[in-house]
Amino acid sequence: MSRPRLIKEASAPLQLEKELLLRIHDLMVKTRALEERLIQMYKQGHGYFWIGGPGEEAFNVPLGMLMKVGQGPDYDYLHAHYRQSGTILAFGEEPIGALRQMKNTATDPYSGGRNFAGHFSLKKYNVAPVSSPIEVQYAVAPGTAMVQKRHGGDGITIVTGGDAGTAEGDFASCLVWSTRPANPLPILIIVTNNKWGISTAGDDQHGEKHIADRAKAFGIPAKTINGNDPIESYNELKTAMEYVRKERKPYFIEAMVSRLYGHSSASGANLVGNEVDCLKQFEERLEQEGHMTRQQMDELRNRYTEDMAAAARQVRDEPQPSPDSIWKHIYAEDK
Amino acid sequence: MANMAQAIRMALHYAEENLGVTDIFGEDVGMPLGGVFTCTQGLKTTWNSPLDERGIIGAAMGIAMGGGRPVAEIQFCDYVYNTIDLLKLAGNTCWSTNGDWNMPMVVRTPVGSGIRGSIYHSHSFDATMTHIPGWKVVMPSTPLDAYGLLITACKEQNPVMFLEPKALLRVKGEERIPGEPDDDRQLSKMIDAPLGDRTQWKAQWPALQEYAVPFGKGKLVREGNQVTVVSYGRTLPLCAKAAATLADEGISTEVIDLRSLWPYDWEMIKASVQKTGRVLFVNEDTEVTNFGEHLMRRTVEELFYSLLAAPKLLAGKFIPGIGLADSLEMASVPQQNDITDAIRKLAAEQP
Ligand SMILES: Cc1ncc(C[n+]2csc(CCOP(=O)(O)OP(=O)(O)O)c2C)c(N)n1
Repeated sequence: MSRPRLIKEASAPLQLEKELLLRIHDLMVKTRALEERLIQMYKQGHGYFWIGGPGEEAFNVPLGMLMKVGQGPDYDYLHAHYRQSGTILAFGEEPIGALRQMKNTATDPYSGGRNFAGHFSLKKYNVAPVSSPIEVQYAVAPGTAMVQKRHGGDGITIVTGGDAGTAEGDFASCLVWSTRPANPLPILIIVTNNKWGISTAGDDQHGEKHIADRAKAFGIPAKTINGNDPIESYNELKTAMEYVRKERKPYFIEAMVSRLYGHSSASGANLVGNEVDCLKQFEERLEQEGHMTRQQMDELRNRYTEDMAAAARQVRDEPQPSPDSIWKHIYAEDK
Repeated sequence: MANMAQAIRMALHYAEENLGVTDIFGEDVGMPLGGVFTCTQGLKTTWNSPLDERGIIGAAMGIAMGGGRPVAEIQFCDYVYNTIDLLKLAGNTCWSTNGDWNMPMVVRTPVGSGIRGSIYHSHSFDATMTHIPGWKVVMPSTPLDAYGLLITACKEQNPVMFLEPKALLRVKGEERIPGEPDDDRQLSKMIDAPLGDRTQWKAQWPALQEYAVPFGKGKLVREGNQVTVVSYGRTLPLCAKAAATLADEGISTEVIDLRSLWPYDWEMIKASVQKTGRVLFVNEDTEVTNFGEHLMRRTVEELFYSLLAAPKLLAGKFIPGIGLADSLEMASVPQQNDITDAIRKLAAEQP
């Protein structure tokens, strides 16, 4: 072994084609640059609250890349968590939308200035609205999966959420409703485990060894994976999604991920030193194996950082929603 | 004439045949029982859900988002309380996404007293439900209105809470549902599941016609010019009866069946109060922070100078539950005598 092994668990050669590796990397960098810009906006007073997913790119980006994106039951439904900008960018959303939501402008494409950062909603891409109450999406997701099962085709439902939230009954509901013998559902159930509630350590709270073990009790194939490794994430998600698409039955993934900037602006939104940085780790491997040079990676990072800064400047001048717009869209006929 | 349970069943049949209803579900909603109040017997899209109210509301939301049209049932409204945050979510989805998503879903649940249901099968839900924006909330008091309101509910693009006064589910109507046969026994043979083995049974549906009661339109049940009474659900027929009794005493009472709580027919209430100058709101939810209090507040703010007496609310007592003993239930929610007395007193009150 001539090359130094910098990272133990990530030392196997990168198994994906170069083009794919570069796409994953590109999206991870773009997502990171977006999230860092969002944090900066918050800190400069251009937003009231930040929550997002820096540290989860290695999992969220492959997820978005593998989704069948479109509207209606032929395509995949995503019942997302609030840390999934990487997933949204991976299927082609422009980052400026997230900045607009942070600045709560009238142009915010996800909520018109009504909701927090990271609370995406895209009916045209089957992205169910992200909602602040933890875990409710696990109760809702079986519904879209039921429609898809009846509809036929290979569209699936994907639901994601945090580890602490699995204490909510909705998580149990999801396992129960997805595995009724009368109608097992095409649903990929995901828990991104960063080992924390806001400040409450998972070790204090979870009696079960792996959250994935709870799925096993329902006969759901379940895996705990390293969500900090984009290659492992990509391959495991691909296997899982192929299974769900074909078998029309649930599959469970618990992805171990980092929480690089803490819980949210509520806990300061500062870089946490002792978490694995999935992007840094991936870049070391890309460099080691000769896929990219450090200089190329730096250039990419700088370019995205500048793009986000320019977008943030643009967003700053955009109008706030008008006060009388509070009466709009209470009901659908107002559309 | 059909009773309200049969009317609901017929509306659901009409809706699954003609309005695209895809899923009628909830605890024991499918065969063999067809609902603990038999409202869903013989329908083709029914299925039994797990005993999980959060799962039921969540699934209804997901089905609606996926392009289906669900009608979910919560077995008793007393059990809908543990879904309150999901009801909030369903109600705010259109607004919070700036109109991106909507939720065409109906939730049906039996409400109120009248079957000696004790502490957990007697509650009302109108005050809580009308507190959650984004929903439309209706409560019929006759089989025909139940039929017509449910048909409108199944055409809505928004979440609808359909409250079924359980005391009235077995009461036959005075008006015929369009398409229902003349003979009640014949109707029962056609659409009521037999006792015992039901595996081979299929409903024989009459040729039903569409009849939609629009939301937000009350019904003038009785005209009068001295006192206005506004009610809905179980207490409505009691109000009508009280008005008839008092007519013999020379008191002229106007009775409004609100039918639709949100949106509601303010124009009808307003016109009536401007005519009579006296108004009594009657329902059986607990009296503190009651929906009738909202109506009173609006009456005071907008119609103060038309009033000849202070507006009144007759509602359920503010106690933690309804006790099983007959005497306890009767003392807890408005009964016939309470209503008659309240109207009589209001009619006699002088400024
Ligand atoms: C029902 C509910 N209770 C409490 C909160 C406040 N809250 C927001 S995030 C959070 C911790 C969530 O932890 P986890 O599910 O592990 O997700 P993570 O944020 O770590 O990704 C809490 C308690 C909430 N949003 N919803």
